[in-house]
Amino acid sequence: MTNHVKYRIGKSAAFKTLTIVLAFACVVPLIFILIYIIQAGITKINWHFLTNLPKPVGETGGGIANALVGSMIIISVASVIAIPFGILCGIYLSENRKSRLAYWSRLCVDILQGVPSIVIGIVAYFWLVKPLGTFSALSGSIALAIMMLPIIIRSTEETLKLLPDSLREAGFALGLPFHRVVLKVIVPCGISGILSGVMLSVARIAGETAPLLFTAFGNPYLSVNILKPMQSLPLLIFNYATSPYNDWHDLAWGASCILLIWVLTLNIFTKLMTRKWKVQL
Amino acid sequence: MEAPIDTNLATRPDERSGRVVSIKKQDTVSNTKRINRSFRQIRAENVFRRTLIIVALSMIVLVLGIMLTLIWKSTLSIKSAGIGYLWGKVWDPVRDIYGAYPFILGTLLTSFLALIISIPFSFAVGVFLGEYYPKGWLSDLLKNTVELIAAVPSVIYGFWALAVLVPIVRNFETKIGVEPVGLGIFSSSLILAVMVIPYAASLGRSMIQMVPSNLKEAAYSLGATRWEVIRSVIFPYTKSGLFAGILLSLGRALGETMAVTMVIGNTSLIPKSIFAPGNTMASVIANEFTEADHPVYLSALIELGLVLFLVTVVINMIGKKMISRFTNE
Repeated sequence: MTNHVKYRIGKSAAFKTLTIVLAFACVVPLIFILIYIIQAGITKINWHFLTNLPKPVGETGGGIANALVGSMIIISVASVIAIPFGILCGIYLSENRKSRLAYWSRLCVDILQGVPSIVIGIVAYFWLVKPLGTFSALSGSIALAIMMLPIIIRSTEETLKLLPDSLREAGFALGLPFHRVVLKVIVPCGISGILSGVMLSVARIAGETAPLLFTAFGNPYLSVNILKPMQSLPLLIFNYATSPYNDWHDLAWGASCILLIWVLTLNIFTKLMTRKWKVQL
Repeated sequence: MEAPIDTNLATRPDERSGRVVSIKKQDTVSNTKRINRSFRQIRAENVFRRTLIIVALSMIVLVLGIMLTLIWKSTLSIKSAGIGYLWGKVWDPVRDIYGAYPFILGTLLTSFLALIISIPFSFAVGVFLGEYYPKGWLSDLLKNTVELIAAVPSVIYGFWALAVLVPIVRNFETKIGVEPVGLGIFSSSLILAVMVIPYAASLGRSMIQMVPSNLKEAAYSLGATRWEVIRSVIFPYTKSGLFAGILLSLGRALGETMAVTMVIGNTSLIPKSIFAPGNTMASVIANEFTEADHPVYLSALIELGLVLFLVTVVINMIGKKMISRFTNE
């Protein structure tokens, strides 16, 4: 082997090593963050922490019950709005692939996917908070629902597109009307893909803070009225993390730990499900 | 009961009524039932079709509504400051002067710095998963872990950066002899860089996997090494796809709010260096929106939102167009 060939092979090996090192270096910050948050947070979590309200500054203890309940309510309301709407829109897009309405609608879904979450917060503020005259959990849910839509629509459309036309045709050949073919044949066949999309969208919005800043606003007390301001986990983390008090930081670490575990579990669960069902997302 | 009247029912709604009427003439009980049922079905079908169209239309209405709301609510600021708003260097709500330049500069600095830091890493992930190890448990593990990076909520990144990254950056700043603030554009770029890695990486991987193997094999047969194949076959072939991945990362970085808000230091002054505190468009909105006490102030903030919206939409659209052109070829 001439020196030149050796040099080329060496260069190739060097590049491979560099690639491997850099690729695995990406994982390092994630692992650091996971370990740090779990270490800082896990000791704070106990029954008292989950069932009590935050204490005022200066008193130790206290919990995040209001944020847990608030997050649940806000996410549930957002899901109730976004899931039927998203699935129906996904069905339309997969059933009418070439119509002009489908083209524009698809474009809008693409646009919506890229809109920064804070902008959606602003818009929800003017659509709901201003007319109703108060910050409310409902406005937060709407903002989050808008963020869920593109994910649900895309996954529904992509899943249903992959189903063979023969399924649809078999349904029509039996004399089934269009809505029954869709609801009883097409959707059940693609339900795994649709569900994965729904879960992914829930995981995505569970940690969203920016759209809630001017909508759900936060609330130091327990509230279940969706027309009033409500606390949620990410809001609590943001407010307490940026405060100068150590007691509040402790609450925020505990809350971060819970949020992180929740979001990661949802994500990993979705991944396992998609693999089991062989869904392409 | 279950027997359908006409196999064409579902596909040819126009012919149905005629057929149904002709059966009605026979006038038996079971036929009337059937007819009622099929009428109900037709009505349900029409309702369903109409619902789908309304839903699809309302997506368009939603996006137009978002845009029009932003434009409408920022007219006050557009009128009072005009186009000069974009390069006005002073943002002083007390004196009612609104110039967006410090925030636009802050946004561009953090985003591009974050991109420059993250590109080698996301390319490495793309090449590793797309070319070196496309299969196997190791690549599955890396792929899923990198995707998890995108799943961590940004407020948690922000909190972690505040507690861990900022002190490290402060030490670093003391060492290189700049004012040790810790909070600032550099810290935000670092945390942003971590957050945007997955976007370019996963796109890069799928693009690199799409390179036809006969091209690669041709290069190997001419005696090319792995690196030469990557450099002169894979990179040129996937150029536009990789660039689209960078654009999508950029779109994410520009709009990212919470993590940046928590570590950028929040000052409306023009940042003097990359270690100085500053503000991005998104972080200003997050910080000042609920405090904006008079209409022009609020309107100026919304105009920032409008600029952010338009820029991210354009970047995302270009990125998506490039991807779809690439995958169609």
